[in-house]
Amino acid sequence: MSDWTALGESFASKGYIASPELTMALHIALTLGRPLLLEGAAGVGKTEVARTLAAVKDTRLIRLQCYEGLDAAHAIYEWNYQRQLLSIRAAAEGGETGRAVEDRIFSEEFLLQRPLLEAIRQETPPVLLIDEIDRADEEFEAYLLEVLSDFQITVPELGTITARSIPHVILTSNGTRDLSDALRRRCIYAHVDYPTREAELAILAARCPQVEERLAHQIVGFVQALRKEDLEKKPGVAEMLDFAAALAGLGLADLTADPVVLQASLATLLKTEADRAAIASEVAQRLAGTAS
Amino acid sequence: MTRVTRFAARDPGPAARVVGFMAHLRENGLKLGVHETATALRALCEIDAIDPRQARLALKSVCAGSADDAARFDDLFDAYWLNEGRVRQKVVRDATRNERHSRSSLSSEGESAASGGRIHSPDDGSKAEDVSAEGTGRLVATTARNLMKRDLRELVDPADIAEAERLARRLAAAIRDRRSRRRRAARKGAGIDFRRLVRQSIATGGEPFALPRRRRPDRPVRLSLLCDVSGSMTVYARVYLAFLAGLIRADRTADAYLFHTRLVRITEALRDDDPLRALNRLTLLADGFGGGSRIAGNLDRFARTYARQFVDGRSVVVILSDGYDTDPPDKMTAALTRLKTRGCRIVWLNPLAGWKGYEPVARAMAAARPHLDLFAPAGTLAALAGLEAELSRI
Repeated sequence: MSDWTALGESFASKGYIASPELTMALHIALTLGRPLLLEGAAGVGKTEVARTLAAVKDTRLIRLQCYEGLDAAHAIYEWNYQRQLLSIRAAAEGGETGRAVEDRIFSEEFLLQRPLLEAIRQETPPVLLIDEIDRADEEFEAYLLEVLSDFQITVPELGTITARSIPHVILTSNGTRDLSDALRRRCIYAHVDYPTREAELAILAARCPQVEERLAHQIVGFVQALRKEDLEKKPGVAEMLDFAAALAGLGLADLTADPVVLQASLATLLKTEADRAAIASEVAQRLAGTAS
Repeated sequence: MTRVTRFAARDPGPAARVVGFMAHLRENGLKLGVHETATALRALCEIDAIDPRQARLALKSVCAGSADDAARFDDLFDAYWLNEGRVRQKVVRDATRNERHSRSSLSSEGESAASGGRIHSPDDGSKAEDVSAEGTGRLVATTARNLMKRDLRELVDPADIAEAERLARRLAAAIRDRRSRRRRAARKGAGIDFRRLVRQSIATGGEPFALPRRRRPDRPVRLSLLCDVSGSMTVYARVYLAFLAGLIRADRTADAYLFHTRLVRITEALRDDDPLRALNRLTLLADGFGGGSRIAGNLDRFARTYARQFVDGRSVVVILSDGYDTDPPDKMTAALTRLKTRGCRIVWLNPLAGWKGYEPVARAMAAARPHLDLFAPAGTLAALAGLEAELSRI
């Protein structure tokens, strides 16, 4: 057995069923020490990859959630201004010299670490998840590139901090904007799609073992059919699991048994009003009927 | 395993074959540099490279950089590695030329329009007689020719693109230049944010330490262009495609689509560094060019798919079409209403509207009018240039 299939299996043992494409991309990214860029629709389990990787490697997961207007102060480091001011006041009363105070307030003690700095200062390589990078501004993306290629951060008052260990970096993107070529180029790429029928069955079996096999087949068939319908927001894997948990909780053994319960439990799958309207009870029944 | 390509006997070895493969990908528009080749080789060392399945997955993860690339990769891989025993001649070809097309060198200058790129498409026939008929791209009402099998290269030449690029940059600037009325805190800014200054100075005992500033943030507008290339539009296709190509090359955030009976996203193809090759890729994408028109159907598809990703409240959707639609008009109303819910503004440029006494009698056009923010004639580059003032108002 080769390394990459072993990786796939250790992922499976933690409850994440990865496609061969994703497994290979992960394997390459880990062995070459390159960041991994995951793209795909919302709800296909991109963020979960990082969580599972942290579990497999038995290491910390450090997460940086990107948003519009994210800046260096929130991503890398910031000085603890309040503490600095307090200590200046205290120093003034104590009669300390200006030079000594300056040295003291620009020391490690007053530095607030943000995810990027924290990630490169770990002793054991952590998993650094940079979530929804497409939401951050292009300027931040450019800065991130620098960090990802050198793994060092310069704090003007302290000097350059070099990584103690190279973190396993995973970036995710929902495609709200096109990422720069430079970033794509730096990363190993994998496109995460909705899982195939077999993969989704395996996911369901791994995450919700209490669901019986017949119902599991129906649930997966139903959700897969639902994704083919004309919906504003297609149900992802997480929604499918919620749906399965809801049905199991309601004690339903057959999807077609009770139209009212089915329609009610659709609340876990369809999250907009238009989608609810599009999948009327009859449609749901038809899909459930063909799914089994 | 018999399908695996037999390489020429003088082929120097596996590394050179991988280099050849990278060149093959580059020629097919994947943006790869020298660094990727090294990564690919290292990746192959990490796996069992003899197994085609593993090699395919490994190279895919290294070479593909977007969903489009990933979708095309399998075919490209097959064409190079599994082409059933056809000997490929030159393994490494003309490395210097390829260098120009590596990543990150997106030159938006017109100069690259002049440099002659090689044409990669094998068919080059049926060119001569149509070129003169193209004229200067002025509004002409000739009978539409069947361009079913027509090559787009005949329709647009690099000089046109260069001209259109200049124009497109001006228009894009006119539409995009939107500064907010509100002011927001910023590191560099015209004025001092006094409110914040006073608030912050409390923490320092009333002494203003930092001088927070504020300015009007830019609120750039994103352009999405949808160009109709159905049969009735072929006479204007030259102008519009040049315009699209120019705009995409001038404005990094703009987005372009073609539609006839299908909708095709052409942004990536048009961003190609080499304008001629961009058109080549376009030709391949625009299969069915000059065919029937399903405007409403395509707009609806756009609203349901791409618009979710690329259109928001700061977008302007520009539709370039004559409005002769085979879909029912109520479908048009539904499609535009759906598109409107994204919060965008919609501009419809109609080549026919420039005609004397034109009335939007085409039923689809009549159905669309109430939903448009601007409806204007545009049959030539000059007419498009004239829109600058109007576009800056919407």
